[in-house]
Amino acid sequence: MKTADLKLLEEKTAQAVRFIACNMESSCKQALEKARNAEDCPTARFALDVMCENADIAASKGYPVCQDTGMAVVFLQVGRELKLDGDIYRAVNAGVRRGYQMLRKSVLDPVTRVNTGDNTPAVIHTQIIEGDKIRVEIMLKGFGSENMSKVYMLNPAQGLEEAKRLIVESVAQAGSNPCPPVIVGVGLGGTLEKACELSKHALFRKLGSANPDPQLNELEKYLLDEINKLGIGAQGFGGKTTALGVFIEKYPTHISSLPVAVNMLCHCSRATSFEI
Amino acid sequence: MEKKITLPISKEVAKSLTAGESVLLTGDMLVFRDAGHKRLFESIKAGKPDIDYKGETIYFMGPCPAMPGQVMGSCGPTTSGRMDKYTPYMFDTGLAAQIGKGKRSPECVQAIIRNGGVYFAAIGGAGAMYSACVTKVEELCYSDLGTEAIRRITVKDFPVIVAIDSKGNNIYER
Repeated sequence: MKTADLKLLEEKTAQAVRFIACNMESSCKQALEKARNAEDCPTARFALDVMCENADIAASKGYPVCQDTGMAVVFLQVGRELKLDGDIYRAVNAGVRRGYQMLRKSVLDPVTRVNTGDNTPAVIHTQIIEGDKIRVEIMLKGFGSENMSKVYMLNPAQGLEEAKRLIVESVAQAGSNPCPPVIVGVGLGGTLEKACELSKHALFRKLGSANPDPQLNELEKYLLDEINKLGIGAQGFGGKTTALGVFIEKYPTHISSLPVAVNMLCHCSRATSFEI
Repeated sequence: MEKKITLPISKEVAKSLTAGESVLLTGDMLVFRDAGHKRLFESIKAGKPDIDYKGETIYFMGPCPAMPGQVMGSCGPTTSGRMDKYTPYMFDTGLAAQIGKGKRSPECVQAIIRNGGVYFAAIGGAGAMYSACVTKVEELCYSDLGTEAIRRITVKDFPVIVAIDSKGNNIYER
């Protein structure tokens, strides 16, 4: 039985944190440039120009794209054929701690508000999968956008129509706060916490990629159109692009409910994945 | 060509600005955010304010640590709305201007009109670019708050948009 290399997991996690803090996710950068080129509203155009210039400066100089280097969110998929000779969570957090050495420490105790000092712990979701690999998806999640996220427990009679209305409304209510143009992650179904987890995981998808489920793909297109009709625009300055993308994930739910979670991501997507 | 403004901003200049204009700021500003405001208000309540903000411009921001070769680390704005509850009192007691991102409460807009103030929007997420505008940093108080300490920074050609002007024009309400 192969033993998981937790030292390597720590090292690659630290490298990933340092890299994504300074390098906006590439499909996000491309989508921003496209939005800038299409924008007619002068103030929104100014904001999009600054965002693109900022991403270039950050990448070329090795500076964090945004001062809110976020809280690390990690989705771990662990192959069931692996032997874990040590604490996998400790390894991930050690990597996060090392990765954040030169980044802002924003993580604190919710009651005392005392900072943990090293940006740990990360929020870690784990899944056991086939095989003998560890697959890691990691995101540095800023909280200007996280704070604008919503969850609704709808009843079946309200259905998908109400879900659509609320998803668009949640972006409208968030306005300029989540640093639009945003990326909208939606979780449909499951339970309260499952819907939230889905909405977070959806944010790892690359902009420009289609949802493999045709029905969800149509729903994503519809929602993106409706959101971009809101006219909030870049930084809330108006214009054509309020969202760069809408990504939906679903899971079976109970006959009594339709959980809907909406997780917002700012225009600075900082995420990557690797496998060991 | 963007309008250039020197800080501290005079009442005349503040009143001459119109929402939607892009301007470049040069000079000194105070920097702090949630925890700094909370503690400052405790000191105000106790009758001994820890800093004097009369005539100043406050930038809502908590920086990254400086990388080698940087005066200040990445330093874009944070969401201003969380500071709304402190804002009317501060304008009423002499604050000249604020810089942040996002819309403000009606009470803040009224306080800006009442006092001839101004609210500038910096571009959220543009932390690396803004760090290049900072020429000097001085920590004033609350160093135990880390990134949320109160600092005085000096900036050169710091790009912002006039978001709410002294007549109440508001780019978020167009």
